[in-house]
Amino acid sequence: MRLSVIDAERCTGCQICMFACTRRLGYAGMGKTAIHIKSVGGMERGLSVVVCRACQDPPCAKVCPEDALVLRKGGGVLLNPSKCTGCGLCREACIVSAIFWDKEAEKPIICMHCGYCAKYCPHGVLALEERREEVSNAAK
Amino acid sequence: MLPNDPLANVLYVDLSKKRSWVERREDLFGKYFGGAGVAIQLLTENCPAGIDPLAPEAPVVLATGPLDGLFPLGSKTVAMFKSPHTGNLGESHAGGRSAVAIRMSGVGAIVITGANTNPGYLSIEGGKAYFHDATTLWGMSSSVTAGRIIRQNESSSGLRSIMRIGRAGENLVTYADVSTETYRHFGRLGMGAVFGSKKLKAVVVSGNRTLEVADKVAYRALYDEINTAAVSSPIMKKYHDLGTAENIQPLSALGGLPTRNVQAGRFESAEAISGEHYAEHYLGRRLACSHCPVACIHIAALREPYQDEAYYYKTTMISYDYEPIYALGSMLGLSNPEQVLSLMDEVEVLGLDAMSSGVCLAWATEAMEKGLVTEQDTGGLKLEFGKADGYVAGVEAITSKSNEFWSILSRGVDAAAARYGGADFAMAFGGNEMPGYHTGPAGYLGFMLGARHSHLDNAGYAIDQKELTKGLIPAEQLAQKLMDEERWRQVLSSLTVCFFARGIYTPELTLRALAAAGYNLTAEQLAETADDIYRAKFTFKLANGFDFDKLTIPQRVFETPAVVSGFDEAYMRRAIAFAAGQLASPRA
Repeated sequence: MRLSVIDAERCTGCQICMFACTRRLGYAGMGKTAIHIKSVGGMERGLSVVVCRACQDPPCAKVCPEDALVLRKGGGVLLNPSKCTGCGLCREACIVSAIFWDKEAEKPIICMHCGYCAKYCPHGVLALEERREEVSNAAK
Repeated sequence: MLPNDPLANVLYVDLSKKRSWVERREDLFGKYFGGAGVAIQLLTENCPAGIDPLAPEAPVVLATGPLDGLFPLGSKTVAMFKSPHTGNLGESHAGGRSAVAIRMSGVGAIVITGANTNPGYLSIEGGKAYFHDATTLWGMSSSVTAGRIIRQNESSSGLRSIMRIGRAGENLVTYADVSTETYRHFGRLGMGAVFGSKKLKAVVVSGNRTLEVADKVAYRALYDEINTAAVSSPIMKKYHDLGTAENIQPLSALGGLPTRNVQAGRFESAEAISGEHYAEHYLGRRLACSHCPVACIHIAALREPYQDEAYYYKTTMISYDYEPIYALGSMLGLSNPEQVLSLMDEVEVLGLDAMSSGVCLAWATEAMEKGLVTEQDTGGLKLEFGKADGYVAGVEAITSKSNEFWSILSRGVDAAAARYGGADFAMAFGGNEMPGYHTGPAGYLGFMLGARHSHLDNAGYAIDQKELTKGLIPAEQLAQKLMDEERWRQVLSSLTVCFFARGIYTPELTLRALAAAGYNLTAEQLAETADDIYRAKFTFKLANGFDFDKLTIPQRVFETPAVVSGFDEAYMRRAIAFAAGQLASPRA
């Protein structure tokens, strides 16, 4: 299973997914979110959803010097925070810029594909689903 | 409030000295929550009575509240300033990403004083202000383009708000607005001119953080309760489906849609400019403020051919709502939905308040019909109800203050009527041009008695439609109802929750939401705080020259049949006198 962006054109920019991802850990605000919503160069042009695509062979894990990123079943990685030194190489390796930074912990924030955000998306933009190899718009 | 909540940080910015600093104000946020409650205190502290609203030392206050960043629909920023339009309390609310961005930046409020020597913009992050030059953006024809350039210069896409002015603000039109995220506005009362007087083109606020809550488990449960209500409650449905434009046809059918400067309450072309028509033919996208599952922002896609070249088109995305459709549609007798969209876009690009612009142009049209204003006055421009071209030229003339007439009209309809006559059909209340409700005495009293002279202060228009259609009630009783509603709304605008969610945030739910943010109050304490905030606003208003006895009522109100009729000036004066007795003295 992994988190999929079903249709970014349906996104209204409410950012409720970002709050959900942070609330999962018991906080308000958006400081722990692994999914980001931003405009495509202005609200008039619509929104883009930036989140991990759950690569089968993730470049982020390859560059981690501490083996802090463990391959996740179903794609993507899981962060072992005790091994992570906060070097940030993983963030640079992600071509869709889906690795975010936790300024409070000085560690990367990477989606673990739990689907908590999708439960709150009011407009059917996100879903937790079986992997489809043809998904093309996950990082749209 | 919770200890160490960054909400209590107030960022002070002095544009003249290019200096910023943070002060911890738990005294204010602990007692008044945030939003309107804190803003009126910060305004009172920083804005001496009698000051020129456009003087460098006049402050602009932006305040958010404890529920912003915590719960759905906590999405509003309250701005306070001294209004250059009325010379009194200026209060304006906007959504977009402004409230969440301010809260995430690590402050609860921002107080901006002083003035730039050269045009500049501010970026605010991590409790600090950074001063940037904006000389090249000053005078740029479109505020949307200026917003785009600032967007490209700044990082933190998706985690920021860009509040900016257009040419109307630069030129000190007293009803210029400040827009944010292209489509949301700090409208009414001229905050854009205050930015303009400070040579402040824009304020960018960005940041991201976590916020603590009192009890993590209880917080998640309450969040789900509020979120479920927000997405499934029938009271939010109208905002969700057609948006506020849903009201055009029903209000016209009742006789409450101001038409051709309120010469009528029914518009024969209401269907053509209705929410239904726009949704069916033009709706191109819906957007939401940050943390709002409702997404009431409706954007029309207007596709227009260029006249000089075949197969050449442009498509403009234009935000529409009930109020701009009223002010720039029925009020001007415009029945072509595309022309109304174009005029709304023009007003957006210039950075004018849509309501005041429409009312000013409607007055000017009638004044021309009656011969009070001539084409010589207007510089050859002929204004006629139903003709869009004159109005497109008119909003440009207002913005550029192209001659004496347009310069006076750029100060509002009262200023224009004082010079040219026609006060009986100059549709302003408390100095502020009317919103789109010709519903009856509660609506009009609401405009006059509300601290912002806004229909949203007390929703008098709803009292007309729901209650007074069954018969008038004593004037004093009506004034009391309006005041009771406005008093409660001080709580919502201090949390800071969108008024559209007022049906969800009942006093009972509000107390529980406040508890999550570390405020433990009883219902009685909450009511007392509401009253304190309400009275603090009137203390400011009275100290700055507001006088209930000097409120004027254009006779047009009584002449054109409304949803509720049969009221006269004496009835209105009794209600005003009652309110004055209640509000002009401190609480007993």
